[in-house]
Amino acid sequence: MNVFVLIKQVPDTEAMLSVRNGTSINEESIKWIISPYDEYALEEALKLKEKDADVVVNALTLGPVRAEGALRSALAMGADNGIHIECNEDLDIETRARMLAETIKKESDTGLVFIGKQAIDDDSNQTHILVAEYLDMPITTNIISFKLEGDKVTCEREIEDGDIETVEMNTPCVVTASKVLNTPRYASLMGIMKAKKIELTKITLSDLGNISTEKKTFTKRLFAPPEKAPGRLLEGEPEEMVKELVKILKDEVKVL
Amino acid sequence: MSNLGIYIEIKKGKIQKNVKEVVSLAKSSGNTIFGVIFTNEFQNFKDELNGFDKIINVKGNDMVFHPDSFSETIAEIIKEHEMEYFMGSYSFKAKEIFPRIAGKLNECSLVNDCVNYNFGTGIATKPVYSGKLLKEIEIKNKLKLITLRSNVFPVEDLDAGSPELTEKTISDKIRSKVINVKKSESKSIDIMDADIIVSGGRGMKEKENFQILKDLASILNAGVGASRAAVDSEFASYNMQVGQTGKVVNPKLYFAIGISGAIQHFVGMKTSKIIVAINKDSEAPIFKKADYGIIGDLFKIVPMLKDELEKVL
Ligand SMILES: Cc1cc2nc3c(=O)[nH]c(=O)nc-3n(C[C@H](O)[C@H](O)[C@H](O)COP(=O)(O)OP(=O)(O)OC[C@H]3O[C@@H](n4cnc5c(N)ncnc54)[C@H](O)[C@@H]3O)c2cc1C
Repeated sequence: MNVFVLIKQVPDTEAMLSVRNGTSINEESIKWIISPYDEYALEEALKLKEKDADVVVNALTLGPVRAEGALRSALAMGADNGIHIECNEDLDIETRARMLAETIKKESDTGLVFIGKQAIDDDSNQTHILVAEYLDMPITTNIISFKLEGDKVTCEREIEDGDIETVEMNTPCVVTASKVLNTPRYASLMGIMKAKKIELTKITLSDLGNISTEKKTFTKRLFAPPEKAPGRLLEGEPEEMVKELVKILKDEVKVL
Repeated sequence: MSNLGIYIEIKKGKIQKNVKEVVSLAKSSGNTIFGVIFTNEFQNFKDELNGFDKIINVKGNDMVFHPDSFSETIAEIIKEHEMEYFMGSYSFKAKEIFPRIAGKLNECSLVNDCVNYNFGTGIATKPVYSGKLLKEIEIKNKLKLITLRSNVFPVEDLDAGSPELTEKTISDKIRSKVINVKKSESKSIDIMDADIIVSGGRGMKEKENFQILKDLASILNAGVGASRAAVDSEFASYNMQVGQTGKVVNPKLYFAIGISGAIQHFVGMKTSKIIVAINKDSEAPIFKKADYGIIGDLFKIVPMLKDELEKVL
């Protein structure tokens, strides 16, 4: 069974971002990482492979040349194949999701697609579901546990108010990983060495048949939000500070 | 004038509070505003539908929320009425429904979590990189799906009017089966809905100590949040985590208590209207980001604060 894990390369969470040319980020001196939730997705796929030798784990990424780094990390953790849809352009999200779906469709016998519940860069929060729709597969998001028996997937997911839902689906299907799902492994030294030797599969738009790349959304401006005015430290004895705070919250800024 | 649809979300038997923000913004566009409401008990909601020109009441045998049936039904409605916009508040349910609609329809673009949408220019503004930056996106597609960040848009006083009512049967296309729902034991408010949030960090020292935050929260009718360090130390559960790999919240008032203010935490709560920090370390970065700070031992300050609030509220 083929299993796909969608990996996105994003700036490190600590990164200080600045804007270049008004519409993109300055990539110099950014450290790139695998989007944190994608690591949980990958770990779950690797656990599946440990249980079932028939499982082939394909790490799939879409992005510019540097995104190779994310695939190398995924291979070092234990993925079997690395597939790189190389594209630099600022394509619409729907186009990118179609490219991911079409790439997955090129393989037969695909049982599962694992994705992180969200990418932490553009926060557009739709690619995972669009891919599922384009693949015509059911999807369960935000999962915190996962079980596969035959062609039945059972998973728990966090919903509103901290409630937990148990959901059943049949394969082929898509699941998106939340943080509590597992603890991602570290790449071993041997894994890193092995990963270096694996040849990546490179895919370009022309390999994917008829996908329209006509743009319908346009980034007009990227900018830093205005800085908040510096705050105020309260002074005096604890009792005084507390009284003062309550007075401010109630009478001045009126948020109580 | 075009047709503009709004998802009227129902949560715990009530219309979700941020729907009013969506209607207020939509109304300013001069379009014909359709409300789509999923309920077999329409009479319970009919007096709360100010601002709508038309209401589509979706009914059926299985009205339990399922993103498949809800999104399929909305996609049909959008097509039937040739809507040019479909909008909602960026809630948990919307996160599930809107991308599904986008995947089912052609010639549409979805922009989630907008903090502004200008009907004149067609430009949406949304936070990216966990709010480190803002992005302006011009949407030129035929159908625009737009979700709005909550607690950002002003709520206008809208006339009740007498919206024209039609009915629609819910789709039965469901591709996954919910076999169980385990209710959370915690009785506190979901931080995604709370106007006030009291969050604790590693400085809380022990799980049991979160009780003082819960006591404070119950007076304020607030939700209780946590930093990742508090979650990793098992003082709090993951659904309480605020931050880049937790929840992004936007309350009126946010208390960061025993939280140092790491960037990953800050981006999850920075748009709160007022941030109050309580920390014993005067050098803690949180003080640079808070509107009001108290330097002191939280175990002393928090109970005092609770007592003082009890007096005045
Ligand atoms: C990929 C990644 C993702 C992350 N995502 C998140 C996220 O989503 N959310 C998040 O919160 N963090 C996240 N982090 C972690 C983040 O970097 C910080 O480690 C974390 O926020 C620190 O939590 P804290 O402030 O509770 O703990 P600390 O930094 O240890 O701060 C504890 C504070 O408590 C104060 N204190 C101690 N005792 C008392 C007392 N008696 N009275 C008053 N004050 C006291 C101390 O002075 C200190 O400032 C992430 C990190 C990474 C690398």
